Amino acid sequence: MTSQAENLTNIDQFESGRSLWQDAWSRLKRNKLAIIGLSLLIFIGLVCILTPWIAPYSYEHQNLALGATPPSAQHWFGTDNLGRDLMTRVMYGGRVSLAVGLIATAVALTIGVTWGAIAGYTGGKVDTIMMRLVDIIYALPFMIFIVLLMVVFGRSLLLLFLAIGAVEWLTMARIVRGQVQTLRQLEFVEAAISIGLSKATIIRRHIIPNALGPVIVYTTLTIPNVMLLEAFLSFLGLGIQPPQSSWGVLISNGVEGMEEYPWLLIFPGLALSIVLFSLNFLGDGLRDALDVRASKD
Amino acid sequence: MALLSIENLAVSFYTRNGITRAVRDISFSVELGETLAIVGESGSGKSVSCYSMLGLIPCPPGKIESGKALFDGVDLLNCSDTKLREIRGNKIAMIFQDPMTCLNPYLTVGEQLVEPLIYHKKLSRAEAKKKAIDLMTEVGIRTPEENFDAWPHEFSGGMRQRVMIAMALIAEPQLLIADEPTTALDVTIQKQILDLIADIQKKRNIGVIFISHDLGVVKNLADKVIVMKAGQIVEQGTAQEVLSNPKHEYTQKLLAAIPSGAKDTPHHNNSDSQILVQVKNLVTDFKVKGNVFRAVNDVSFNIYSKEILGLVGESGSGKSTIGRSILRLVNASGGSVTYHSEELLNKNAQQMKPLRRKMQMIFQDPYASLNPRMTIYDTLAEPMKLHGIAKGAELNQAVLKLMDDVGLARAFVRKYPHEFSGGQRQRIAIGRAIATKPEFIVADEPVSALDVTIQKQILELIGYLVDKHELSMLFISHDLAVVRKLCDRVIVLKHGVLVESGEVETLWQNPQHDYTRDLLQAVMH
Repeated sequence: MTSQAENLTNIDQFESGRSLWQDAWSRLKRNKLAIIGLSLLIFIGLVCILTPWIAPYSYEHQNLALGATPPSAQHWFGTDNLGRDLMTRVMYGGRVSLAVGLIATAVALTIGVTWGAIAGYTGGKVDTIMMRLVDIIYALPFMIFIVLLMVVFGRSLLLLFLAIGAVEWLTMARIVRGQVQTLRQLEFVEAAISIGLSKATIIRRHIIPNALGPVIVYTTLTIPNVMLLEAFLSFLGLGIQPPQSSWGVLISNGVEGMEEYPWLLIFPGLALSIVLFSLNFLGDGLRDALDVRASKD
Repeated sequence: MALLSIENLAVSFYTRNGITRAVRDISFSVELGETLAIVGESGSGKSVSCYSMLGLIPCPPGKIESGKALFDGVDLLNCSDTKLREIRGNKIAMIFQDPMTCLNPYLTVGEQLVEPLIYHKKLSRAEAKKKAIDLMTEVGIRTPEENFDAWPHEFSGGMRQRVMIAMALIAEPQLLIADEPTTALDVTIQKQILDLIADIQKKRNIGVIFISHDLGVVKNLADKVIVMKAGQIVEQGTAQEVLSNPKHEYTQKLLAAIPSGAKDTPHHNNSDSQILVQVKNLVTDFKVKGNVFRAVNDVSFNIYSKEILGLVGESGSGKSTIGRSILRLVNASGGSVTYHSEELLNKNAQQMKPLRRKMQMIFQDPYASLNPRMTIYDTLAEPMKLHGIAKGAELNQAVLKLMDDVGLARAFVRKYPHEFSGGQRQRIAIGRAIATKPEFIVADEPVSALDVTIQKQILELIGYLVDKHELSMLFISHDLAVVRKLCDRVIVLKHGVLVESGEVETLWQNPQHDYTRDLLQAVMH
């Protein structure tokens, strides 16, 4: 006898519900700008990853006889004053810029979310001490902080990631703490306590997943921020050093010869702008897609 | 001619998820000096029907598909914005559910009454103040001269609702629309506000539309009653007709859902039951901006095994705090709570963990008490996994069984909370509470956020589960009628102090304390 009831005993055969993430994704899909942004980001990301294999030239190969030439069939983006292919350099620069953006943001994300969640959930004195510490670091002038780090530890790419991340996590911590403070008072957290779950499990399973919406959105806004910081630091000579390049370095070089060789500024600037716009559109789209109020009607 | 007559009104909302036909072709009318009650459950279209004629629904997504709303010979659905605004301000006034959000917290109560009098009625300041004090007297605010300079936050909910009514009366409206004006108030206050509205209606001879989900509230107030379901009028007639001789089956269902009468099942005999939870001299303080607020003040009572003890009191009486103190969700400041003679208050989180398996809680708001990012399966499986009750295939079976127990279809197991209605969510929450096979459950107003018909189902479910699993329960509620239906004994709490306790029926027949009498009177209208 295979009755209906017996058929219904295997959990895996039940249709799974639409999670809020699936819901958000279906809303995001309808947002054209966000999808264009996402596609562009994926495309640029792929190009940067594959650069060593697909780049037409070597990034340090010089051709002094050639000098700076405008865009042509051989050099789509033109060449710089040392005769290096600009497209190759933009591609290699993208690797650095995107890596800085992603890694520094990941650092900021990890520290910020953990810090904010613990402070917000624990509350009381712990919260006060943790958040006052954030305030203190906020008050330190960012440039001096980074210059000091560079002076003490020497210049390195890794240090650059860490330094930027160490500054960017502060806002993240504040956002997460605010979220968590509201969440902490909801009944499902009380329910989790009355089940007997430990503090760490409650934060991990019940608090953080519900605080992620604003975090994700803020992350998409942090990445461009970080990339601009790197550009700024490199512009000041504190970041990436030649012959390596990043979009920030390329732009700062391009500015010098802006009048005679405008393409040296235009192409790296364009690459940076496209990524920044895409991230902003994606962030906007995510914010709308993850809005709980929108999912209620 | 009727003061207001609605003809064939239909309103739809065009949302992403499709078209919701909120109001479908309804007609009704109100005369001067008449009170019309519109009754229905949430989502029945009772508010939309009134808001749409005043231009108070957002369009889009809302759209008025057809119909007329004739007020004093003017079609409200088809007149200019200016005209509508004029009517809205002067001839039709509204009062809402939550009086706190409707008052400006940065202006004194008197100022909020004086301002419209100066601007709209062109009175001088002195005249306006005199008029405002008259109005405050009319709505029953004691010592209006002194309260004139009070701030909204210094007023209780009932007082604020009186201020809202006074504001509505400034324009000397011919029609007053009251949208669930007493839902956010305590039962004893609720009665006073209803009396006030009835009083004003008689004195001023105006028309009143009273929107409510509660047929019991409407009973003594309305001349005519409309019952709405899914945007349609299913029954209308005089209050007498509809309430004593309901024709439509939905009205009958609504009436039957009002809790009445005593508990059906025989009483547990306490003399041979043992004490399960003993609360002795419990004190719980909260620190509010440096001040100590004593929420629970020296409360002692016992909960016997296999009984349902009702805990009754108004909002702010400390009843939820008692429940949470017992379960150590808030920290008590003094006294003792024992469970099977084992002291709970001095245990740390680690020591509490094995006991938590035996003591669970059902919360008030089924929208807040479930983690929106977890499926029903995860929600129900979590406590069982934690306490090692079941794992692997056994766990799946246990979850499915639990869903049978609380009356949820097994096919829902992988869905998320937002895909369920309030009643279904409360079933999930109840399932979570009984997942660890506890002995003792604190139920904190588990039905007060639900519609009456759903409320009835959930109460039946709770009664069934208590019997089946031989649970003991502390049932916290503000509603004596619900408590009478479900509980064996009851304790009454006022301002954190226990004022009366006893068998439910004894207390119902012969209340000793004045406060209990007030509560009972409010329930019986």
